[in-house]
Amino acid sequence: MTGFPANVPAWAALLAACLVLAGSALTFLGAFGLVRLKTFYERVHAPTLGATLGMFLILGGSVVYFTAAEGQFMPVELLVAVFFTVTTPVTLIILARAALFRDRTDRSGDGVRVPLEGECAGVVRTPPDLTTDPRRSDAPQDR
Amino acid sequence: MSGAVFYWALVVAQLFLAGAALIGVWRIAKGPRAQDRILGLDTLYQAGMLLVVAFGVRTGSHLYFYAAVIIGMLGFTSSVALAKFLMRGEVIE
Repeated sequence: MTGFPANVPAWAALLAACLVLAGSALTFLGAFGLVRLKTFYERVHAPTLGATLGMFLILGGSVVYFTAAEGQFMPVELLVAVFFTVTTPVTLIILARAALFRDRTDRSGDGVRVPLEGECAGVVRTPPDLTTDPRRSDAPQDR
Repeated sequence: MSGAVFYWALVVAQLFLAGAALIGVWRIAKGPRAQDRILGLDTLYQAGMLLVVAFGVRTGSHLYFYAAVIIGMLGFTSSVALAKFLMRGEVIE
């Protein structure tokens, strides 16, 4: 089965397909940030590209398609949009605070380890003894 | 003609979302620390939910949407529970 049913106008189906394609491309780009970015505090920003604009575009495409298919406005996808908009910052704030707490209280041999200066800005200046510390396993190795 | 464009655009969109989910799985497996794994899980369930929505648009069935709602709710709960466990060592205190 390739195509869409005959009761859906072609412009609505193509618009929905464009919206879903754009949203999924944005989601993939956001997830690709998990590969490219180096520290956790940078990586925590990347998937929100898919959680905000990517999700809005895909759910908007779904709204367009099912509104055209049913012949009446079908806004039930907006429920998920509102739910995700509310819950994603909650998750990521708790996760970032947990990561900061773990970094601050991680014992690295001689006392309390705090996040290094410039770590959040992506300019990681790590002393050599921390680079070789096996407990600090997210220290930049060579890239 | 436009039916084929519709079909293949949604297939490519589903491949993009599957790639995003695979990157989440890769981040879960690689780490290097526990918060990175939770971030990978977050990416994984978001991509899975959007994949189910895109599949519902491609097949023209509205039932898949409710599966996406359940995936979103359970994924949010599990991510918050895991992050809370990292912070305190307990989920409910």
